[in-house]
Amino acid sequence: MSILKSRETILALAILALLAAVASRFPGFVAPANLARVFTDTSPLILLALGQMAVILTKCIDLSVAANLALCGMVAALMNGAGVPLPLILLAVIALGAMLGAVNGLLVWKLGIPSIVVTLGTMTIYRGTIFLMTGGAWINAHQMSEGFKAFPRAVILGLPVMAWIGIAGIAAMALLLTRTPLGRAFYAVGGNPHAAVYAGISVGRTQFAAFVLSGALAGLVGYLWVARYAVAYVDIAGGFELDVVAACVIGGIAIAGGSGTVAGAVMGALFLGIIKNALPVVGISPFWQMAISGSAILLAIAFNTLSQRDGGRIILKKAEAAE
Amino acid sequence: MSAVLHTQRQIPDRLTRPAARALKSWEALLAVVAVAIFLLNAWASPYFLDPWNLSDASFNFTEKAMIAFAMAMLIIAGEIDLSVGAIIALASTVMGLAMTAGAPTPVLVLLGLGTGLLCGAFNGLLVARFGLPSIVVTIGTMSLFRGISYIVLGDGAFTGYPDSFAWFGQGYVFWVITVELVIFTLAALVFGVLLHRTSFGRTVYAIGNNATAARFSGIRVDRVRFILFLLTGLMSGIAAICLTSRLGSTRPSIASGFELEVVTIVVLGGVSILGGSGSIVGVVLAAFVMGLVTFGLGLLNVPGIVMSIVVGALLIAVIAVPRLWTMARAKSGKR
Repeated sequence: MSILKSRETILALAILALLAAVASRFPGFVAPANLARVFTDTSPLILLALGQMAVILTKCIDLSVAANLALCGMVAALMNGAGVPLPLILLAVIALGAMLGAVNGLLVWKLGIPSIVVTLGTMTIYRGTIFLMTGGAWINAHQMSEGFKAFPRAVILGLPVMAWIGIAGIAAMALLLTRTPLGRAFYAVGGNPHAAVYAGISVGRTQFAAFVLSGALAGLVGYLWVARYAVAYVDIAGGFELDVVAACVIGGIAIAGGSGTVAGAVMGALFLGIIKNALPVVGISPFWQMAISGSAILLAIAFNTLSQRDGGRIILKKAEAAE
Repeated sequence: MSAVLHTQRQIPDRLTRPAARALKSWEALLAVVAVAIFLLNAWASPYFLDPWNLSDASFNFTEKAMIAFAMAMLIIAGEIDLSVGAIIALASTVMGLAMTAGAPTPVLVLLGLGTGLLCGAFNGLLVARFGLPSIVVTIGTMSLFRGISYIVLGDGAFTGYPDSFAWFGQGYVFWVITVELVIFTLAALVFGVLLHRTSFGRTVYAIGNNATAARFSGIRVDRVRFILFLLTGLMSGIAAICLTSRLGSTRPSIASGFELEVVTIVVLGGVSILGGSGSIVGVVLAAFVMGLVTFGLGLLNVPGIVMSIVVGALLIAVIAVPRLWTMARAKSGKR
């Protein structure tokens, strides 16, 4: 009974129902090869949702992920143009992403500014920085080296590297959250900050770590995004932070912090990914995507909040009974 | 020194204060900054002091500031509405649909106001009635409302609004005083009185400082929250009428990013993002500062996206600098 009640089970059933609905008209959609394609396509969202999840667990929110991604992607493209070898580029974007995350984290940790204000601000600063660096110019496919573009698509053991990075991210995050002190700290800080302090956990430092993690993942995805779509400009992944938050909310990560699982975040991302890939197949205009993910956020948050609510206490039982 | 220990809230007060303390207040600081930026602009560009230019410049803040008044009350009560830009998009789309069907200007205005109210009621219902966190609800409705605009319009646009509709965003009441400036002034007065001179305003502060205590003292907390979302929706509707009228067209991307600038004006105006304190005077001054900064940068040919860096940095700096200041003073006090 408790298994049936868990959010992850219900979400898994919702995903299966969604797949079944699409498959009833277009059986080709659920062919293994196509499902693998959908997973690969959703990998960036999964990776970002995992980072966002760590941040949300600690009662914060990171709205700067998409801008961070775009900035790191642009830096990757510029470095590639300057002839820097790919492994160095990868290291550089992850480091840069982590650094941008650290800026968010420091402002939250050292100055105690609410994360939503910090990341609303850094969101525009990071994206504006791309413009300052490039003057608004685009970097197109022909300006990128073949190796740079080919890496995320290279197939190993039947799956592209992009999908493998997604799988590695899921595994690493699952280990981090369930098997390390830092992972426990994320939950402790979000569950009850005061109790966490008394247990010897620094709330600010833990939130800082979550922002660095989210930033590093955004940096990595920045490279993957630019290499995959073979274009870099100021507005890439514009508004993607909403999809990332949506994936977490749909995945049952409590926005008040302290509760949520890797499986939930991954399935939340997959849910959105499947809808995005199924819309053109079913013949619905992609312009529906935004309204659908908005509705999905509202349904998910309503469902999660209402199912967790305790009934409250009746203080005046006699009066209640008398009515 | 963890974040937990920082959550103390200022107790709002309207007690009469000595002049020396009033000079140190956030509002006084803002007024000085506004005057400084005004003089700096006048010195940097010969075109700045032209009355018609200044009148044009007011469009930089009037629409956003209208929403900022309602948003200030919402934030003082401890909630937030990130869907205001999306409400504008939806209201503008509804007006566009009606315009295409041949509706006259009064109907367009009513539809704009009605859509704003409905969107606000929807947000308010989800937050106040069902107890959902306002950040997530309004991130969701932000996608939903703008998403509906995208479904209706796709990559198209509504153009060809009637001439009489242009009055709201392009008309003048007399000389250089625009219709929008008059609406802005009226809104400032109404919200100023509502927040600072009525019992409703007091309940807003009470809820922001301690919602539980407010409930125990007989305030219908959820009803106040609902009304605040309704007001924010209504002001977004009014802003939608002004903006659509001024641009003369509706695209689904209209007013994107407004929520950031509105929240920035509110926070710059000295409203605590944690709720419980702030004033309408501060918001008015912050609107002037933002308008003057963007207009001044515009005169100097600074591109829009660079201005958004300034806005983002301003948002963080106005909260960070006072905190750094108190931290520095606490340190020097210990020695």
